[in-house]
Amino acid sequence: MKEDLFEYLLMLGDNSMILGHRLSELCGHGPTLETDIALTNMSLDLFGEVRSLFQYAAQVKGGGATEDSVAMLRSDREYRHVWLVEQPNTDFGHVIGRQFFYDNYHLPLLEQLTKSKDATVAAIAAKSVKESRYHLRFSAEWVKRLGDGTEESHQRMQSAIDHLYPFVAELYQPTPIERDMLAAGVGADLEAVQAQSLETIEQVLADATLSIPEGDPRMTMGKQGIHSEHLGYILSDLQYMQRAYPNMQW
Amino acid sequence: MLNDYLVTHTLNIDNAHVHEALWAVADPEIPVLGLMDMGVVRRVQVDGQLVTVDITPTYSGCPAMDTMADDIKKELRDRGFEPTVNLVLSPPWSTDMITERGRKKLADYGIAPPMSEESDKMALLGEARIVKCTNCGSTRTKMISQFGSTACKALFQCEDCLEPFDYFKCLK
Repeated sequence: MKEDLFEYLLMLGDNSMILGHRLSELCGHGPTLETDIALTNMSLDLFGEVRSLFQYAAQVKGGGATEDSVAMLRSDREYRHVWLVEQPNTDFGHVIGRQFFYDNYHLPLLEQLTKSKDATVAAIAAKSVKESRYHLRFSAEWVKRLGDGTEESHQRMQSAIDHLYPFVAELYQPTPIERDMLAAGVGADLEAVQAQSLETIEQVLADATLSIPEGDPRMTMGKQGIHSEHLGYILSDLQYMQRAYPNMQW
Repeated sequence: MLNDYLVTHTLNIDNAHVHEALWAVADPEIPVLGLMDMGVVRRVQVDGQLVTVDITPTYSGCPAMDTMADDIKKELRDRGFEPTVNLVLSPPWSTDMITERGRKKLADYGIAPPMSEESDKMALLGEARIVKCTNCGSTRTKMISQFGSTACKALFQCEDCLEPFDYFKCLK
């Protein structure tokens, strides 16, 4: 049970951390000052959530683990995030598309977790759910603006959706640990999360004059630790300081 | 909401020195706003020289929280106490916990204070022009960016005096 809870906390935290890292790469590189600030603000919110989750994970794990060791000192196979969040910042359409699909999962997930039987998980979710609402409002507005904008912005937004949508299904496919956590009253019901997500996704994409691509979802196993080639590059950046100067602190 | 609101206002700090120390700490990013006016102090326990202060973060990733925790410890140590500061998440902070005095200070400083949830949504979605310019008082204002200079603020501009200003977003 303790190991399962630890793994579950990693699944929750790693998604937000890797996405938060991708957003942090845009600091100083956003297409406009306002979007640059917005994306890095959202990165900060996600890292705030991750810190709370990893502080708790470290406490669950014991043996001298800290939020930093949980975040920085695992090898690639020990990360539990989905492939969606490690997709690169190809263009602003991809950045917004990735954010939109994640926010649509993240918000209903956190709403459910506010009712978790684990008081710490519930408290973290109650804190982050408020911020997540702002994220979804931002990303959904941009999906509409780009999709229903110029011919160029429409085409770029559609190609981002086409690329990213096959990665979305993985968010909702429960692993045995997620099933056990749901049964224990600690975790979220991904089926219900999916139903709520898809409703919003369909609505927003329709408003944005964008279509959901046909075809099967990608067979990905990020939650089991099998990642795409992108993760190695992410970790070489994310873990650089801890690897170069072990146990360094600010 | 009312209960949450009262948490801040019913804090009974009977030790005058502890009281003074806590009122001396300000938000590093909004220096006019003390942490007591911000409503982030949840509980204060004084046991002789030992003082335990529970604070709650405004936004979860807000870097100001670490600084405030350090500042609380410093103010208490300077007065001869041995402080412990705990970060508590529940119940989560909301903008309703900012005191009336704090709201006035924000406005005087040039940051429009948070409105009710309903008004806030209308303002951020551009459905109503209700955020008052902190420079000239006009409500002919528009949102430039939903995310401003810090996580808690949105950027607005007044169309009458053209002054850009921050609006403290409602968080519930």
